[in-house]
Amino acid sequence: MQARFKHLALVVAGALSGAAMAGPISGDVVKIGILTDMSGVYASLGGKGSVAAAQMAVADFGGKVLGKPIEIVSADHQNKADIGAAKAREWFDTQGVDMVNDLLNSGVAIAVQKVGAEKKKIVIVNGAGSTALTNKECSPYGVHYAYDTYSLAKGTATALMKQGLDSWYFLTADYAFGQSLEAETTKVVGVLGGKVLGGVKHPLSSTDFSSYLLQAQNSGAKVIGLANAGGDFVNAVKQAKEFGIKQTLVGLLVFDTDVKALGLNAAQGMKFTTAYTWDLNAETRAFGNKYLAKTGSMPTMVQAAVYSSTMHYLNAVKAAGTDDPDAVMKKMRDTPINDFFAKNGKIREDGRMVHDMYLVEVKKPNESRSVWDMLKLVSTIPGEQAFKPLAGSECPLVKK
Amino acid sequence: MDIPLQAILSQAMLGLNNGAFYALLSLGLAVIFGMLNVVNFAHGAFYMLGAFVALLGYDYLGQWLGNADMRLSFWAALLVAPIVVGLLGVIVEKTMLQRLYKVDHLYGLLLTFGLALIFEGVFTNYFNVAGEPYNAKPEVLEGAVNLGFMFFPKYRLFSIVLSLTVCFGVWYLIERTRLGSYLRAGTENPDVTRAFGIDVPKLRTFTYFLGVALAGLAGVVAAPIYSVSPKMGSDLIIIVFAVVVIGGMGSIMGAILTGLALGLLEGLVKVFYPPLANTVIFIVMALVLLWRPAGLFGKEA
Repeated sequence: MQARFKHLALVVAGALSGAAMAGPISGDVVKIGILTDMSGVYASLGGKGSVAAAQMAVADFGGKVLGKPIEIVSADHQNKADIGAAKAREWFDTQGVDMVNDLLNSGVAIAVQKVGAEKKKIVIVNGAGSTALTNKECSPYGVHYAYDTYSLAKGTATALMKQGLDSWYFLTADYAFGQSLEAETTKVVGVLGGKVLGGVKHPLSSTDFSSYLLQAQNSGAKVIGLANAGGDFVNAVKQAKEFGIKQTLVGLLVFDTDVKALGLNAAQGMKFTTAYTWDLNAETRAFGNKYLAKTGSMPTMVQAAVYSSTMHYLNAVKAAGTDDPDAVMKKMRDTPINDFFAKNGKIREDGRMVHDMYLVEVKKPNESRSVWDMLKLVSTIPGEQAFKPLAGSECPLVKK
Repeated sequence: MDIPLQAILSQAMLGLNNGAFYALLSLGLAVIFGMLNVVNFAHGAFYMLGAFVALLGYDYLGQWLGNADMRLSFWAALLVAPIVVGLLGVIVEKTMLQRLYKVDHLYGLLLTFGLALIFEGVFTNYFNVAGEPYNAKPEVLEGAVNLGFMFFPKYRLFSIVLSLTVCFGVWYLIERTRLGSYLRAGTENPDVTRAFGIDVPKLRTFTYFLGVALAGLAGVVAAPIYSVSPKMGSDLIIIVFAVVVIGGMGSIMGAILTGLALGLLEGLVKVFYPPLANTVIFIVMALVLLWRPAGLFGKEA
């Protein structure tokens, strides 16, 4: 009799603990939404490649967390803030999505991060660059992971100013990201004693840059700063070559895939700042080659960051024992990030993930030994110097 | 405001370059509207298809035929792409468009608009919207010529000359030759033309072939300058429609001259007040429609 009772007690306790195990994961599944540009000018930097990166992270994590399955969903934000925000809202409200990742456009990222703050859901921004995300628009549930316009401007503009290239003209993509990048670069150039002679704003995803380039040429500036990205950057560099423009052309946000699209012949000697490139060390190479084998292309810094941040999120869920956003956010902040992407990376209270950035230079065609052998490291910019110090933050969450 | 002459001249050259494109595209539209009374909304899609025929012919034709070295050269593409695109146009005309000549314009417009969306959607499914580079620009056209006030890429110079030659050639064909007179007669009075023993439906098919082939040609010419992307047609088609409306729907010479003039105007506006550059064509369109509702070269109904 006593033995039977003992048995029953064990069964009941087992059932109860099983139920208790089920509780901490909302909806019994951890759902990660990759909201990205699937078909527009930034599709090649993130897009399907970001979805693949997230899937790799889930597979490498083991496909399950706390005994519950992990699911990836994806959607196209079409670079429109209203579409991105509506999708995020739908995901959070009706699809049970726990975390949104990627976001390739600053306008979209700001809108989605706001939705996340309102719904208390974690939003990790990898594709977008505007520093507004961790300043005026900062959110307790937002993480700005890969890079931002401050770190790009700081790294690239400082390097060029050192070479005596001290007068600038900007070609700027006319929206939040381009304006932010131009403003940050202008500040760096000004602080170091340089001058900005002018600039022209072009609509996102333009085909013809010839007219803007001629204006830049006529300005007499030593440097033409391209505060745009993706297809816009590639087209502008190509056309500058076509028109025989002699000034130093500098891409303020350049991805490995852009260099590939341009070819080394057109891009050689160009210096830019990046958060990741595959050929830095053994770890970055290992990830790059694995990704190449899966997708047919080396990862951009955005796609690498999607992998790294998804992994960090899943580890935090596991460590917290729940997918409750507050608990997971706390774990994500408390745990330093140590992987192929970041060494001792830290998420600050304003949401900025601080890690080292790299100043790289595009190789000459004769220095390259394979199709993806395109960049050489010029210098490593330590995280504290690469990102804007907390002291200057406009984020209301930062206690001063 | 102090603007150097050099800047004005170089922007004018770029304007002329864009203008030649506008002329080539709006010419095809004007031919189709003038002869068939069809507002061909699929024109941008045919332009995109022309560029893709050139791109695929260069990058993939060899792989498909099992001989990797076989490539469709740029010069061959100038001939092949318009024909391929034109034949696709013939299929569209024979199977669908032909049935709509007797009904309201609106039906032709809806059909061609739907076709444009389908073509664009299919290509978006397989190709990057950011665009694929077309690497078949011939050696001879590499580099730039010094025009004194600027370095102008040889290829762009070539594209201006080619577009203008084709434009005036088509104008001559329609306005000055016997075949052209049949075409015009077929639109003016199909019944009488038929009574003279001329095969009007065949003429119409030929006209659509011609108009669409012009769009395909424009696509090939554009490919080396811009990246080849499924959206390249829809980006341009709105401006081209504005050009046709300003020139007068259906007027051949109107389309050519307006295309050139508006390209120039757009280029100059980029010097004097850049933010207005994207809208200036539509402002002109609004003004012209108020002043001459049939367009600058159109016949008042």
